[in-house]
Amino acid sequence: MTQRINWLKYAAPQTFYPLAGALVPWCYVLAAALCIAGLYVGFFVAPTDAQQGEAYRIIFIHVASAWMSMFLYVVMAFWAGVGLALNTRLSSMMASAVAPTGALMTFIALWTGSLWGKPTWGTWWVWDARLTSELILLFLYLGFLSLQAAIDDPRRADKAGAVIALTGVVNVPIIYFSVQWWNTLHQGASVSLTRSPSMAATMLTGMLLIALAFWMYSIGAALARVRCIILERERTADWVRALPEVRT
Amino acid sequence: MNWGSVSAFFAMGGYAGFVWGSYGVAMLCLVIESVLLVARRRSALRDLNRS
Repeated sequence: MTQRINWLKYAAPQTFYPLAGALVPWCYVLAAALCIAGLYVGFFVAPTDAQQGEAYRIIFIHVASAWMSMFLYVVMAFWAGVGLALNTRLSSMMASAVAPTGALMTFIALWTGSLWGKPTWGTWWVWDARLTSELILLFLYLGFLSLQAAIDDPRRADKAGAVIALTGVVNVPIIYFSVQWWNTLHQGASVSLTRSPSMAATMLTGMLLIALAFWMYSIGAALARVRCIILERERTADWVRALPEVRT
Repeated sequence: MNWGSVSAFFAMGGYAGFVWGSYGVAMLCLVIESVLLVARRRSALRDLNRS
């Protein structure tokens, strides 16, 4: 007999809150370890780029944050959609918890891209497809956050936010394929599933390590934030009152 | 090893401002978010204890 785990149990804030609390420190520890390993490989093992010199080293943080910015948006839209369809409280809280970290990753991607563009393209910014669609992603995150902040009733805020999140998800494939669909200054994908990476193995290793570090960081931050949201929204619930950190 | 000296490492082949500007601001963002999260949890718990 295989033992069946009732995963739906964790759909309740009451059971998810301690689970998230147990996971958060591990996420941050893993993020720090992967980050150190990635920075070591990125700065001390990966060779200097023949064309771009040392400026290319921005790639490690730029690609990792750009991946996360798109991925977190899909995660946010998924949870917002589940919350909208099934009316589950925790799903909508997860969407709200992911949004600020996603916006931050988008900002980092744009910022590092700008600092990379100046030495390699000669300009901080161009209105081309990849850059513009990534900027729209930032506005979608900010729109989601400000709309939720503007509505007092959390359940209504969840529903309104879900509509923005789900509408905006169409932008994610546009960002991803923009370098193929339009002529752009931005280089094509460095890593793809269909062909071997167009970079040295050590460069790729550094990039993947930093990307994994950002994954772990984002999961940790989102779980830490969802715990805050649970405390804020469920403040009248008996189980919140009975928590050891509350019952003082 | 890519760097002959510590100063060569920090000079980043002449791209110091771009490279360290990227990594510095990114790290700063992550630190600020973490501080804000701790503050949010503290304030949520404070509100719960007060009411």
